[in-house]
Formats: sequence, structure tokens, C-alpha cells
Amino acid sequence: MRYMLLIYGCHREELPDAYNEVNKYVKELMARGVFLGADPLHLPDTATTVQVRSDEVLITDGPYAETHEALGGYFMVDCADLDAAIELASLCPLAKLGTVEIRPVLEAQFG
Amino acid sequence: MHAVEQVFREHRTRMLAALVRVLGGDMELAEDSLQDACTQALRSWTVVPDDPMAWLLTVARNKAIDRIRRARRSLSVEEVPVPAFFSSDDALLRAGDDRLSLIFTCCHPALSLEARVALTLQAVAGLTAFQIARAFLVPESTMAQRLVRAKRKIRDARITFTVPSDHQLPSRLSSVLAVVYLAYTQSYVASDRSLAAEAIRLGKLIASLMPDEPEALGLVALMVLQESRSSARRTPSGDLVLLEDQDRSLWDQAAITEGTSLLDLALSRRSPGPYQLQAAIAAVHSQAKSFSDTDWDQIVALYTELAVRTPSPVISLNLAVAVAMTSGPAEGLRLMDTITGLDKFHLMHSARADLLRRLDRFDEARTAYARALELATEDADRRFLRYRLNSLP
Repeated sequence: MRYMLLIYGCHREELPDAYNEVNKYVKELMARGVFLGADPLHLPDTATTVQVRSDEVLITDGPYAETHEALGGYFMVDCADLDAAIELASLCPLAKLGTVEIRPVLEAQFG
Repeated sequence: MHAVEQVFREHRTRMLAALVRVLGGDMELAEDSLQDACTQALRSWTVVPDDPMAWLLTVARNKAIDRIRRARRSLSVEEVPVPAFFSSDDALLRAGDDRLSLIFTCCHPALSLEARVALTLQAVAGLTAFQIARAFLVPESTMAQRLVRAKRKIRDARITFTVPSDHQLPSRLSSVLAVVYLAYTQSYVASDRSLAAEAIRLGKLIASLMPDEPEALGLVALMVLQESRSSARRTPSGDLVLLEDQDRSLWDQAAITEGTSLLDLALSRRSPGPYQLQAAIAAVHSQAKSFSDTDWDQIVALYTELAVRTPSPVISLNLAVAVAMTSGPAEGLRLMDTITGLDKFHLMHSARADLLRRLDRFDEARTAYARALELATEDADRRFLRYRLNSLP
């Protein structure tokens, strides 16, 4: 079963050795055979919002969510059940600073 | 009573648990198909089958397959797979006892505490959403929604239907016991003795399924001993009666005997914990002929041990009250004034007021009772505090 681990509530700068820590974590996920993907995101001040209303494309700069509330990145894992996902999330170095939200993936077949 | 109803009453939890297991954790589907099977049994049982439980389970499983097929047809996206477990035809009939898995699933820490309590009362104890809503003083629709949301989370986030592994068991068991005790204490808030009986029944089920866990037994002992005093706790008009003012002839001696022997059995395992300690405190009170006759030294020792194991300001408050009985109100008050974090707790102020009254410091007692009155929300508590306030010289 796939789960997305969403990282909220931490500045990357607050973790002094962020790259190495996260890299070590990804290696651990790979060694366990659960790793599917992961990406850090640029800060929310780079965000652009798009909406289509009455066939018109509305583009807005932002939203400038507080960095602490914004999505900072994600990990995608494939593991047995929620208990396994909770264990993986608790190993994440970013969980020490911020919050990891575990969301089960709704498996739908497109295309 | 119709035979179907009898089988259902006696084996509902077991059948539901077995179905949840073979249906891969889908509690809604399990409940609905068990209901379908009972409806069919009511129509078709002219003689009761040799193994009525197996009959119901087989029919329920077939009903579940029908429901899954119907759901698939009505969806354009193939969202509902027909699970592989249906291939092994006799998996259901080999069912052992899955009730523990059901209990641990309902009390999973990924569910909110209020959802855990509601779900356990519904799935394990068999209460209706209406009964649970009444006990927790929320509208029935709110409770129904809470239950549906919890079941969907179990299914969609895949909370596995199982008993946790050894290294997780202690913390998960304490979550289960906390749910049961919360249901029991809520029975006082809602003045619902049938809820208390359900909580005790639940506790006994858990203790019998986990005979190696003395804390489960300790919790049952605690609830049974507290329940032995339930008729003395309120006046006929619903007013609260403190332990020291209770008519001890109203205490249920059979319950006291039962609770005490359950506690002895738990303590014989030599692995004491917070529930056993609280039950021991309740047992000491139960054995006293009067309030002043109570073995307060023993109570102080037990609260001291409890405060070491599970430190909390409420336990410190209870300890201070007990110390006031052994070493006098001045010493109790001194201890009480070192407690922080209970400024908004009405019982803290009424306990303080009581010690001040015993020290003849009536003005301070008046202020403390008034503060308690401001904070108390329950009518019975407020009537009691007003009475105390008015009885000051």
C-alpha cells in the first residue's frame, strides 16, 4: 500500500545537516525496499496559484503561507499498513523539527 | 426470544470480529453483511441449524460478496477490488477468536480518543449510535458521523486488523484500558448506569482474553469497586454525596467482595500498575466501617506509589487530601499549595476550602468555595458547593 509522507512545519535551515540527514533517511528507506520517491519543495514565496473560473485562467502570486504551515516536501513509500507507515515517519529526521502527515494513496486507474 | 436474536446477542462481537478479519478490515461492510445474514435467518430458520454461528457467518460472507459486486457495478472507476481472501472458502469457519484484534483496532492511536471510545462501544459492546450519543451528550447525527469516519479511516488508511506485536503491546494495551475507563467515568457524567455496566463487561472481556495482563484485571476491580458505591453517591434528587457523607449501608457488599477478589488475583501476579493501585485505594475505602475508620496510612502509601508511577496534579491533590487525614489539615494544605496546574479545576478549590474550614479559616474557605462554584459546570456539583458555602459560620 502506498502512503505519502508530507512534511510540514520546519525550515530546512533549522536542520544544520539537512542534506546528509535526509539522504541517510532515503538510503534507509531504500534498504528497507519501501522507497518510491521524495522531493523537497522551494519555499512558499515561490508559489503560484492557478484557478479557472468561467473559462478564465486566474493567476495569483502566492499564497504566502507561513513557512511553518506550508508543505515543505514529501516522501512516497510502499509498505504493509498504517503501523508500518507510522514507523517510517517516526524515523524521518524532519519529524524532529516539524510534522509528518501520513496520507494513504487512493489507488485509481487512470488512462 | 427468537433463536436468531439469541445467537446474535451471545455471539455478535465474535461474528463481527471474524467478518472484519476476512473482509480485510472493512468494518462497515462486516456490520452490514452480518445484518443481512440475520435478516435472512429471521425469514428462513424454521429449525435452528446445527452450528448457527457458522450458518450466519457463511451467509454474511456471501452477502458481503454481493455488496462488493453491486458497488463495483455502480462505479466507473474500479475502486473496489474483490479481495483475494474469498478464494479460501473455509477461512471464515476456521475462525478463532478475533475479538482482541477488534478491540485493538477500535482503540488504535491513529484514531481520536473520542472515536476510539465510540467505536469500541459500538463494535465490541454492541451499543447503538443513539445510545452512545446519549452517553456522550452529543446529537445522534454527530455520533453516527464520528463512527462512519473512524471506520472509513481504518479501511482506507489500512489499520491492520491484528493484535499488536510484543514491543508495541504495553502502550497499545494502555490505550485500550484508557478507552474502557473513559467509558466508565463518562457513565457518571451522563448518569447512565447501563453504560457503567457495559464498561465493566468490556473490561471483563479484555481481562479474560488477556489473562497475563494484571492491569486489565486491575481496571475491572477498580470499576467494580467504584460501582459498588453508585447508589450511595447521589441523593434521590441527584445531589452528589461525598465519600465521607455516604450511607455505607447502601454499598453493594457483593460487588465489594467481587472487586476485592479480582484485585487480589491481579496483585498475586506481582506486577502492579496504576489501575491496580487505584483499585487498592478503592478497596481500602470499601473495608472501612466509617470515613474516620479508614486506614489513611495505607491510602497515603498507595497514593504516594501512584504519584511516583504516573505523576499528575490530580493524584498529588488526592495525596494531599489523604495526608490531611493522617497528619492534619495544616500539613494537607501545605502540600496542596505546592500543586500547580489545577487552578481551573473546581475540585482543587473545594478540597482547599474544606481544609481551610477545618482550620477555622472561614473567610479564606468562603473565597475558595466561591471559586470552586465559579468553575463547576455540573448541576449536582454546584448544588453541593452552594450548600457547603452556606453552611460556613
